[in-house]
Amino acid sequence: MTGGDAKPAMPPPHRADAAAAPHDWLAGGFGVYVHWPFCAAKCPYCDFNSHVAKAAVDQPRWRAALLAEMEAARAATGPRRADTVFFGGGTPSLMPPETVAALVEAVDRLWGVAPGAEITLEANPTSVEAGRFRGYALAGVNRVSMGVQALNDRDLRALGRMHSAAEARAAFDVARAAFERVSFDLIYAREGQTPAAWAAELRAALAMAVDHLSLYQLTIEPGTAFGARFDAGKLTVPPDDDAATMYLETQEVCAAAGLPAYEVSNHARPGAESRHNRVYWRYGDYAGVGPGAHGRITGADGARRATVSPSAPGAWLAAVERGGGPSWAEEVVAPPDQATEYLMMALRLTEGADLARFARLNGAPLDPARIAPLVEDGLATADGDRIAATAAGRPVLNALLRALLA
Amino acid sequence: MTELSRIRNFSIVAHIDHGKSTLADRLIQLTGGLSEREMKEQVLDSMDIERERGITIKAQTVRLDYTAADGEAYVLNLIDTPGHVDFGYEVSRSMRAVEGSLLVVDASQGVEAQTLANVYQAIDANHEIVPVLNKIDLPAAEPDRVKEQIEDVIGIDASQSVLISAKSGLGVADVLEAIVKRLPAPKGDRDAPLKAALVDSWYDPYLGVVVLVRIHDGVLRKGDRVRMMQTGATYQVDKVGVCRPTRKVDVEELGPGEIGFLTASIKQVRDTRVGDTITHEKRLCAKALPGYKPAQPVVFCGLFPVDSADFEDLRTAIEKLALNDASFSYEVETSAALGFGFRCGFLGLLHLEIIRERLEREYDIDLITTAPSVVYHLHMTDGTMTELHNPADMPDVMKIDRIEEPWIKATILVPDEFLGDVLKLCQERRGVQDTLTYAGSRAMVVYRLPLNEVVFDFYDRLKSATKGYASFDYQMDGYQADALVKMQILVNAEPVDALSMIVHRDRADLRGRAMCEKLKDLIPQHMFQVPIQAAIGGRIIARETIRALRKDVTAKCYGGDVSRKRKLLDKQKAGKKKMRQFGKVDIPQEAFISALKMDS
Repeated sequence: MTGGDAKPAMPPPHRADAAAAPHDWLAGGFGVYVHWPFCAAKCPYCDFNSHVAKAAVDQPRWRAALLAEMEAARAATGPRRADTVFFGGGTPSLMPPETVAALVEAVDRLWGVAPGAEITLEANPTSVEAGRFRGYALAGVNRVSMGVQALNDRDLRALGRMHSAAEARAAFDVARAAFERVSFDLIYAREGQTPAAWAAELRAALAMAVDHLSLYQLTIEPGTAFGARFDAGKLTVPPDDDAATMYLETQEVCAAAGLPAYEVSNHARPGAESRHNRVYWRYGDYAGVGPGAHGRITGADGARRATVSPSAPGAWLAAVERGGGPSWAEEVVAPPDQATEYLMMALRLTEGADLARFARLNGAPLDPARIAPLVEDGLATADGDRIAATAAGRPVLNALLRALLA
Repeated sequence: MTELSRIRNFSIVAHIDHGKSTLADRLIQLTGGLSEREMKEQVLDSMDIERERGITIKAQTVRLDYTAADGEAYVLNLIDTPGHVDFGYEVSRSMRAVEGSLLVVDASQGVEAQTLANVYQAIDANHEIVPVLNKIDLPAAEPDRVKEQIEDVIGIDASQSVLISAKSGLGVADVLEAIVKRLPAPKGDRDAPLKAALVDSWYDPYLGVVVLVRIHDGVLRKGDRVRMMQTGATYQVDKVGVCRPTRKVDVEELGPGEIGFLTASIKQVRDTRVGDTITHEKRLCAKALPGYKPAQPVVFCGLFPVDSADFEDLRTAIEKLALNDASFSYEVETSAALGFGFRCGFLGLLHLEIIRERLEREYDIDLITTAPSVVYHLHMTDGTMTELHNPADMPDVMKIDRIEEPWIKATILVPDEFLGDVLKLCQERRGVQDTLTYAGSRAMVVYRLPLNEVVFDFYDRLKSATKGYASFDYQMDGYQADALVKMQILVNAEPVDALSMIVHRDRADLRGRAMCEKLKDLIPQHMFQVPIQAAIGGRIIARETIRALRKDVTAKCYGGDVSRKRKLLDKQKAGKKKMRQFGKVDIPQEAFISALKMDS
């Protein structure tokens, strides 16, 4: 990475109080997301856009296609600096480090990577993948997010994971040595898991020298193997009450360990938050590159567009190789819809949302008559310029959003 | 003008589905009143809802020309009457305009409750009655047994019954002959002052208000000045005519015994009074015909637009429907919960359902229907009596001496094997058994029941308890005082006026519990706990609690989830329109309807 000073015509520094909607994204920043759709195996709970490649992936071809789409994204965003880069998937830790290096270089060439920018790669904690960590670090990756998911082998098998708990711990140690920042994911409210068992597992995770944790309650998604097993009565999950208890306990245990929740499912030591994901939650702009990637891009005309690329790898590849522009379909998001999206995302954050920004996008302020009862019931705070969900409000955020917006 | 001796006026009496309308169609077809092309199933049921449900709501009249076997040409006037109990008043007044009836009984089913109710009206009107056994070609037809049943239960001679299949046309010609031979010709004096009965009136978009008349004496001509003897109104007659199967045909005059229509620039149906006597302004008849008892609404409920912006549309729609249905009453009602709507009165539950369906279907308005209520008589301590149409309007109980509720006398015919279930149901609904007799293998049980207990889901329960084999009919049977109380429903401590109801004290606990349990399932979880209570005065008699939602949050929500989540919220926005807010609680509109159906 060569740093931003090599670039001409830098956009103005970000201002959180952008005066008009056309520059609204500045309040959230700009990140580049790259999607690598391939996995060694499909996990039974996963509804992400992931595919098990039938034959060996043609690496040069894929690299060229990702680079081509990145060029198209640059044309759409115009000149601006990238605050973050994120390689997600799928399993991006199956990418050759050279591909990652080429893509990071391209981001820098096209937009300029801000000094100290966060560059994250999602990785599976297997020994094979750990062997590539050094190469990713050399390519410019400075943060990994590892899919550990569980810390006991029985549950890892049940989740269809291809690594053991010991392997995951070893991979974590490799990552700690290779990258400035390491995060990992755990899934809880698993079949047969009690609140006490989860609390113990969580404490064990916190005892590892981790500064960021993504803790997801298991969600049974339609169209997944778990979805089918659940519908057939062959999979049970803890009762809602236990799940709710686990959520609350998660908040307490993490806070006590110095990693308070900064988002519904994300916990970090202060300063170690995922800056890329915060672009989404603060409703910044993001360019989505790769099959099924989504973007929000404010164009030169001031209109913000939602972009979505074809999700099937073959279709995406064909669309990109056809040339003549981005592979994605796009649709203008009207300012009031942007307001809805902003509030929906920002209330996931402990810091909450800026009411003035919402009003600017919406053309009208959020109805105080809707806010007041939520404050009264201790589900939200609304102090001056900001509204935020409280610790009691976050577990029922969907209902809270309905109360505010529906 | 037709010779009296060449006129036959008749109606058809039958239980629903016994083939009344099919027979009417056949009679029309056979007399050449209708070409094959014009022959639609059930010509006389002109409303969509009538055709769909296979019921007749509005009486219809048709004039047929028939040349009998003896070579003489006759004029036959058929008045097709509704079969359902809600429209009994239509039956009674139609009966009084004709001299005879065909009693149509399904030869495979036998006499049913509606057959009885309607045939007694025919007997009351001194009709000559010709029994017609229909569906004689069905394997299950038992004409001899059914004849016997007619003689046993109704007490008329059935030996000369005409055996037919209206569907195939078999025997229908014999019906025409029987009409001519066995039904009496009308009587009347052509030279006497005009005396005509106002049988019915309706609004026609082209002709304005059309008045159906039966001439008893004298002659009615176009251009005559007539007086309505009850209302005192006078009109110049614009048109006189007769109703042919597919169209109205103008005639010069209508003489004694004839049935036809007149138009006279009458503004609205409400300006006419069914049963009134029409005479000439300059030559009054000495004595008016005995009037009919006007139809009184017995069931009331509130109709509110789901979207309050539709209120004016609802008003327009209701006014239009009321133009043609004088038995349907309405007034503006304001509910704290539901906003502006109308308190409407109906002849019964079917009538209610039909009006509601027509408003939703023909006028495209989504409605919330509140708990149906009967009309209570409140006898106040100061000696006055007021009618209570809406439980929400109940005055201070300290000022009420006693509350009387309407009772009905219900006739239920049921196969023996289900009798036990029927008795149990009637008993549960505070019924008092009057008589229990047998008509063949079927039991005929007459119960006195509070109407209040019937308006909820009595039909449904009866049907399911008897696998659909029971038939049911009723007539009003006066008022009776009882220990009645107003039960309120409180949701999150806020009374929901649209759910309050009058119940018997002994049944209050049961009803209150059932309501609370129902609502618990119908109201979604909120972010806070929602108590649901049933109360009488200040006393809570039942309580359920909807637990607070503990967890409703999407675990993962990143850049790729934004559009989907927003679209979901938009959908929920639309869903919320179907909710009503009570304080902080959203109640889905279907809760208002579903909560009132009792399963227990």
